Amino acid sequence: MIVFTVIFGAFKKVDLFGAFTEGARDGINALISVAPSLIGLIVGVSMLEASGFFEILTQLLQPVCDCIGIPAEVLPLGLMRPVTGSGSFAILNSIMQRYGADSIIGKTASVMAGSTETTFYAITVYFGAVGLKNTRCTIPSALLADILGMFFAVYSVRLFG
Amino acid sequence: MLSYIWLGMVAVSFVCALCGNHMEQLSKAVLDGADKAVELVISMAGVMSLWTGIMKIADRGGLTAIISKLLSPILSKLMPDYDSDSAAMKAVSANITANILGLGNAATPFGIAAMKEMQKTNKNVSSPNNSMIIFVIINTASIQLIPTTIAALRQAAGSTMPYSILPYIWITSVLTLISGIVIAKLFNVSST
Repeated sequence: MIVFTVIFGAFKKVDLFGAFTEGARDGINALISVAPSLIGLIVGVSMLEASGFFEILTQLLQPVCDCIGIPAEVLPLGLMRPVTGSGSFAILNSIMQRYGADSIIGKTASVMAGSTETTFYAITVYFGAVGLKNTRCTIPSALLADILGMFFAVYSVRLFG
Repeated sequence: MLSYIWLGMVAVSFVCALCGNHMEQLSKAVLDGADKAVELVISMAGVMSLWTGIMKIADRGGLTAIISKLLSPILSKLMPDYDSDSAAMKAVSANITANILGLGNAATPFGIAAMKEMQKTNKNVSSPNNSMIIFVIINTASIQLIPTTIAALRQAAGSTMPYSILPYIWITSVLTLISGIVIAKLFNVSST
């Protein structure tokens, strides 16, 4: 993929290194702009971890999750994902530290976090930009899709992973 | 919103630690958490900037134009209120292409421009038309060629195959997007 892109760029006479450094700078800037909230939320998640909250929550949710076929360990991530991007990355990180990035749970969590956007943020930004308060069916449709997305994530990893 | 979530995290962990007698671990976790977070950000920087750099080359080389050409027939089906060569649809396609390439910073201004253009010819000023709803729903799903943040996080967490989950992410996000669109269409059918 990288080699292909670089050759494609050379073929199209792109200023390769100039474009690369400019894009890389965008990446660093994006990371720096989320860093403060990421640090705050990782502290929050690691406090929850140390307090034993996740064990309690997982145990409480276990019966419901067994019923619908979603591992209880990834449910907190699913609840967090539509609300905050940094928060869900903090939870994904803690899940992968605990269960391993390449375990089924780690993979499922990665797919869940990577396959959807911060729904409420997108809705607020785009409808806010044109001053629309009435969003009709947008929120229920997007949230229902996010819930279905959790199942798709679980089953795609379970079937092929 | 985030203030409440954060307050909730701190309060809940305090109560849980109090009940489970984990107070010492809790105060240690605050300091460790901050340390770990900075380490994580630094270890993500390499992979993140590598991919945003590569995607910039793809963008300059004209991949953006190719993707928007491929998308245009699908998009005009989904958003029939606008002509495929209107300013609104141009901004829509620029936004979605930037999202696919993972140029998040570029995508948001295009998306806002698209909403403003669409609102100009929206018949009912106080409520979005169906095309605007579909556009926002596309933006709440994430269709991304390389989910850079996830790949960087997996690499930092010691994954031996940080990219092995890509196909599942593609399948899941496409299915999620399709269900979002179908659900929105169903809502609209029942409301008219």
